[in-house]
Amino acid sequence: MFETPKRYTATAIALHWMLGVAIVISFCVGLYMTGLTMSPTRLKLYNWHKWAGMTILFLSAARLLWRLTHTPPPMSSNTPAWQRTAAHAGHGLLYILFFAVPLAGWAYSSAAGFPIVLYGVLPLPDWVPKDRELAETLKSLHQWLAYGLAAVVVCHVLAAFKHQFIDRDHLLARMGIGRL
Amino acid sequence: MKRSLISVSVASVLLASSPLVLAQQKLELKQSEIVFVSKQMGVPVDGKFKKFDAQMNFDPKSPQTSKVSFTVDLASADIGNTDTERELTKPGWFDTSKFPQATFASNAIKSLGGGKFEVVGKLGIKGNARDVVVPITVTQAGGLSTARGEFVLKRLDFKIGDGEWNDPSLVANDVTVKFKIAVTGMNPL
Repeated sequence: MFETPKRYTATAIALHWMLGVAIVISFCVGLYMTGLTMSPTRLKLYNWHKWAGMTILFLSAARLLWRLTHTPPPMSSNTPAWQRTAAHAGHGLLYILFFAVPLAGWAYSSAAGFPIVLYGVLPLPDWVPKDRELAETLKSLHQWLAYGLAAVVVCHVLAAFKHQFIDRDHLLARMGIGRL
Repeated sequence: MKRSLISVSVASVLLASSPLVLAQQKLELKQSEIVFVSKQMGVPVDGKFKKFDAQMNFDPKSPQTSKVSFTVDLASADIGNTDTERELTKPGWFDTSKFPQATFASNAIKSLGGGKFEVVGKLGIKGNARDVVVPITVTQAGGLSTARGEFVLKRLDFKIGDGEWNDPSLVANDVTVKFKIAVTGMNPL
């Protein structure tokens, strides 16, 4: 008899938590660094932020591949239809933003004339030209997409907490925290 | 035979007097550029100077008597990023209020053949002077003579990026300067 898994696979769980932590840290570093005046610290933070962003982008591609080739564990049977829809929409939006935020940041880097050299060794190609006006547009785009991602992440976390602490349906066990 | 001898001697008289007769070459700014590439944490960042001038008395047939000199307005650096450009004018970098221009003056020019020359001269930036050797290649087309070349300078020799920025692992010491200088009025190669 085939039994639907109740948990995500170890790969999916590892990617979820790694990317979750990386996204939160990158967002906070992004907020902090943009308020700094020019200094070696600022230069380092910008580069680290870019490296983190590109890592998030590539790991998100791996994660999307996992998601497309696996069936996630089912939601609890008493989940109302609107919550199912909201969960699917929320996850879809998260995935879109996992790609959109770093891609906008990458393009902004190129437009600003500071191409990304991953970890200081691997030059990534520029796919937009160096252009002052375009850089300003992409900067705002990157910023607002990041705020958007932060907002969806907050909803995601609040929803998880609601399941865990109000409904007490052990939802977090699906993602490797606690028993089923 | 006699006629050709005469014309040769006339030509040589003209040639001999030509350095006095020839006006210095005129810089064609629109067809010229001075680009610099620095590296920050491995990231190549390039910029160009929008304002510069050249005094060229360059005769490809007589490089040893030729002289070239340049002045570059350091505040005219275009990086493509306003924050960085503002930073560059500050005392730690170019200090443009105290040292508005970089200068270059040749001391010796020699021909390497095939339109290639080696220019040795003094580069002055921010009150510091260093000898540099600049290989150039001259091409000519339609009355326009273009000298192309590049050389590497050590930014810390000139105290560019002093103080908190003097760590070459963060901003590399090597800065590549590439240029294309187009002039009219140069003798043929």
